[in-house]
Amino acid sequence: MIESLEGKRGVPRNRPPFPVTQGYLNKPTVVNNVETFALAARIAVYGGDGFAALGTKQSKGTKLLSISGDCLRPGIYEFPFGVSVREVLEACNAQDTQAVQISGAAGTCLSAKEFDRKIAFEDVATGGSVMIFNRQRDLLEVVRNFAHFFVHESCGFCTPCRVGTSLLKNLVEKVYTNHGTADDLKDMSYISQVLKTASHCGLGQTASNHIADTLKKFPEIYHKRLLVEANFEPAFDLDSALEDARQITGRKDEMAYL
Amino acid sequence: MQLEEQTITIDGQKIPFQSGQTIMDAALAAKIYIPHLCYHPEFKPHGSCRLCTVMVNGRYESACTMPSVAGQEILNNTKELNENRRALTQMLFVEGNHICPGCPKTGNCQLQAVAYYVGMLSSHYQHFYPYRDLDPSHPDYVVDFNRCILCELCVRASRDVDKKNIFAISGRGIKAHLIINSPSGKLEDTDFAVGDKAAFVCPVGAILRKRTRYTTPIGERLYDKQSIRIVGDSQQLHAGATKYGRK
Ligand code: SF4
Ligand code: SF4
Ligand code: FES
Repeated sequence: MIESLEGKRGVPRNRPPFPVTQGYLNKPTVVNNVETFALAARIAVYGGDGFAALGTKQSKGTKLLSISGDCLRPGIYEFPFGVSVREVLEACNAQDTQAVQISGAAGTCLSAKEFDRKIAFEDVATGGSVMIFNRQRDLLEVVRNFAHFFVHESCGFCTPCRVGTSLLKNLVEKVYTNHGTADDLKDMSYISQVLKTASHCGLGQTASNHIADTLKKFPEIYHKRLLVEANFEPAFDLDSALEDARQITGRKDEMAYL
Repeated sequence: MQLEEQTITIDGQKIPFQSGQTIMDAALAAKIYIPHLCYHPEFKPHGSCRLCTVMVNGRYESACTMPSVAGQEILNNTKELNENRRALTQMLFVEGNHICPGCPKTGNCQLQAVAYYVGMLSSHYQHFYPYRDLDPSHPDYVVDFNRCILCELCVRASRDVDKKNIFAISGRGIKAHLIINSPSGKLEDTDFAVGDKAAFVCPVGAILRKRTRYTTPIGERLYDKQSIRIVGDSQQLHAGATKYGRK
């Protein structure tokens, strides 16, 4: 954002130096979102005690949650930190929930087993987004959407994010269209880890979370689509590559397979 | 007063550094090889290839951008980090079109040399086979966009040293690509010249001098004989290595 303000190509900066010391035009800069400014104003006007009395020991105060997806009452909610995912689901009247994606596409995907976890910095941290998916949803569709989203969001500056997001998208598509194999799942999980450890900025470092999380917590959405129990399927499909020529010539190419 | 020497530790080896040096600078001065592609001692670090990712006090950081701080415990030459690097190298290979046996840079190419170093035997991931051009328009140079790895060394050299701003990166995400800043987009319509710094910095076979490409036979080239870990970068053979910003 600061790069863009300065009229440069919108790619993330190298840090340190951090914006607090050298931000916009290399001057100290405060970068915060609206919720932070609003809460800071509230504390300035009413004092910090009431605010600090809410929430948990490590996460004081309240958090705005933007709840969407499969529930009867989506919307913006304010909860004290430490609220459990289950309480949030009850408040917005969500039924038969399969998974909850906290903190957006780059966040954490929780399965029903984890609904007693708490929204707080020390447990499930969130920027505020809560997406609810019930059991009628095909989670792989969600993964597909996210994978495409990150290909689009990658600025292209660093290798792991620029190339890795596209590799992941292609592999998700391969599994989705029933061409995936066990080896593809291994590749997905390894690429996910490379993105996390080697990417230049937070986008790349979190762009594979949805894949790593769902591979771990919802393996069946992948496994039920694997083509064969074999480890390997060639990326190159001989029959479809020859299809046009076969149509034109009327040949069947019995000899194509050695 | 004698200043106490400041040190960092890389893979258990204590090395000195001067303030202002990055981990990469200090490592190079101590002859420790940290794999890299977008780093060049004469330019402001870019931090984009991520090959130099090391573990600093338990966190992943790029050695070329991370300032040295006394007492840092750094892991560099570990199995895990080198496997990471192998994956990154494979990503660079499948992203472009690298047909090494037909490339004039083979044997002098840092991407290839890093690939040898990290034990890459195949590109493993599915190739993208992007459609990219070749620009042979300039009388002395050819630009083969197929082999560009977006390290921006030519961009930095042309902008910061030559003051010509001939190269730039355009497009986002996987569509990011090198462009030439001229109305036609061709190198012949720029004032790119033989003595330009930008003519010497490309780590791969994307910017090549014409008529000199086979003066050294394949098999007798830099990395044909020695590992990049020992001989370092091909572009620095001619460098009088002034550090950017300082003399
Ligand atoms: S630029 Fe390097 S890696 Fe690419 S084809 Fe040439 S020799 Fe091979
Ligand atoms: S042409 Fe060479 S120096 Fe320029 S960005 Fe591409 S790889 Fe780097
Ligand atoms: S050498 Fe450090 S990121 Fe490229």
